[in-house]
Amino acid sequence: MIVGEQKPIAEIMEIIEPYKKILILGCGTCVKTCFAGGEDEVAVLASTIRLVCKKDGKEIKKITEQTVERQCENEFIQEASQNISQNEAVLSLACGAGVQAIAKRFPKAPVLPGINTTFIGIQEKHGIFTEECQGCGDCKLGRFGAICPITRCSKKLLNGPCGGSQKGKCEVNANTDCAWQLIIDRLTDLGQLNNLIDYIPPKNWQSSISGGPRTLIREDHIV
Amino acid sequence: MTNISNLQKVLKEGKFAVTAECGPPRGANTAVVNKKAGLIKGFVDAVNVTDNQTAIVRMSSIAACSHLIQAGCEPIMQMVVRDRNRIALQSDILGAWSLGIKNILCLSGDHQTFGSQPDALNVFDIDSMHLIRTVKNMRDEGKDMSGFNLDEPPRMFIGAAANPFADPFEYRVIRLAKKIDAGADFIQTQCIYNMDRFKKWIRLADDEGLTDKVHILAGVTPLKSAGMAKYMKNKVAGMDVPDSVIKRMESVPKEKASEEGIKICLETIAELREIKGVHGIHLMAIEWEEKVAEIVKNAGLMPRS
Ligand code: SF4
Ligand code: SF4
Repeated sequence: MIVGEQKPIAEIMEIIEPYKKILILGCGTCVKTCFAGGEDEVAVLASTIRLVCKKDGKEIKKITEQTVERQCENEFIQEASQNISQNEAVLSLACGAGVQAIAKRFPKAPVLPGINTTFIGIQEKHGIFTEECQGCGDCKLGRFGAICPITRCSKKLLNGPCGGSQKGKCEVNANTDCAWQLIIDRLTDLGQLNNLIDYIPPKNWQSSISGGPRTLIREDHIV
Repeated sequence: MTNISNLQKVLKEGKFAVTAECGPPRGANTAVVNKKAGLIKGFVDAVNVTDNQTAIVRMSSIAACSHLIQAGCEPIMQMVVRDRNRIALQSDILGAWSLGIKNILCLSGDHQTFGSQPDALNVFDIDSMHLIRTVKNMRDEGKDMSGFNLDEPPRMFIGAAANPFADPFEYRVIRLAKKIDAGADFIQTQCIYNMDRFKKWIRLADDEGLTDKVHILAGVTPLKSAGMAKYMKNKVAGMDVPDSVIKRMESVPKEKASEEGIKICLETIAELREIKGVHGIHLMAIEWEEKVAEIVKNAGLMPRS
């Protein structure tokens, strides 16, 4: 899922400053799972904003609360159209794609991000999320024992660990596992360490962030 | 081959090589480079010039190498893949050759979070293994990474690093073999304080026949103080400083510590010279270049050619 974190309240207050009537729009899928932007977070944020206004002696903002299932899909966005048109701005608690999806459909509505979208990851344990994929567009997990060196090695190394790997941890942070230690351990367990003996050529980054914005077209599904 | 580097010649002749390290200044002052050149000239076969070492901005390796050549020293240009993409790296390799730089050491580089500008975007477009093969292809096939025929190929002597003290240990020899396959002609290792582990590593490499395929220069760094030893143990990525070494540094009075550090270094060198597969030493006297001559002399490694 997409992992995100709510922005600090001071920053949120700053970006909503010009507006009196706002819609806080939550998203019920990824960011709900990571406790950043579902119904509960929308409600808490709305009361926090009111409280801060009160504390600072400012006019209390009129806030509408709504959460749609997925802000990145038109079908769900439509449910919010009435609330969007009745407010001065939308404070979106979705990932960056959700924020932009709203902006695309509603050209006149100011859409503000309430979340810092951080990464594509998984919930490791309750409350702990880890980055697992950078959406590089050419997945080679099969070769690496299903552990992604592009994402999980701090140096994106494709041919084995750097000289800084120690006791299974990455040189960058003693709390981060060295991806290469994980890869080697797992391939050893699977009896597939041979995967790593051959030279793995440089990555073609065209399928990734270096090729400009990507579009996926499924002709078979276009109606 | 007239273009052969001095280091290449020494190693080819089967002599025990000595390389040192020179960190360029954090500024554009050529005098610093020239001063360091003066201190080591005649005492080493070639000198490594670091490339924004520990991710701190310094004079570019390529420029400092060029100054060293003018000062009469042979440089080994270090090149990390952290800061430049493949286009910039290849262009710098060509530029370096055009300036008379004949040795290159291909590295991945310390992560930028260790440096003075942790907020920088890193590149890591290719890895150090790719860089080794790129230089080899440029040199031997005369082609750049796109397959384009180069007008004049850079005929560089190619080096790579190995760290016998990093984990996972068992994979280190496989990785060394990969670097040799990719095109490494010589290897410089991380500084050695844990001799047992180094010996184990080189024995494994030797068993695989790797020490016949590549020249291994063993890294040594003289310790200045017990504090430095502890710092290296705890703070420097991929370093292994055993407690016995720290204790030994602590056992002498503070003002004698640097002397003790040099003693340890000389003992290490003497031991390394006896090990099969070690073809030289790489002396990293971090900001202590004035000691290089003394160490090389007292280690009995003079005269250099
Ligand atoms: S290889 Fe690419 S697509 Fe696969 S997990 Fe890594 S970044 Fe994601
Ligand atoms: S320590 Fe491991 S994960 Fe970290 S940069 Fe080096 S190889 Fe990659």
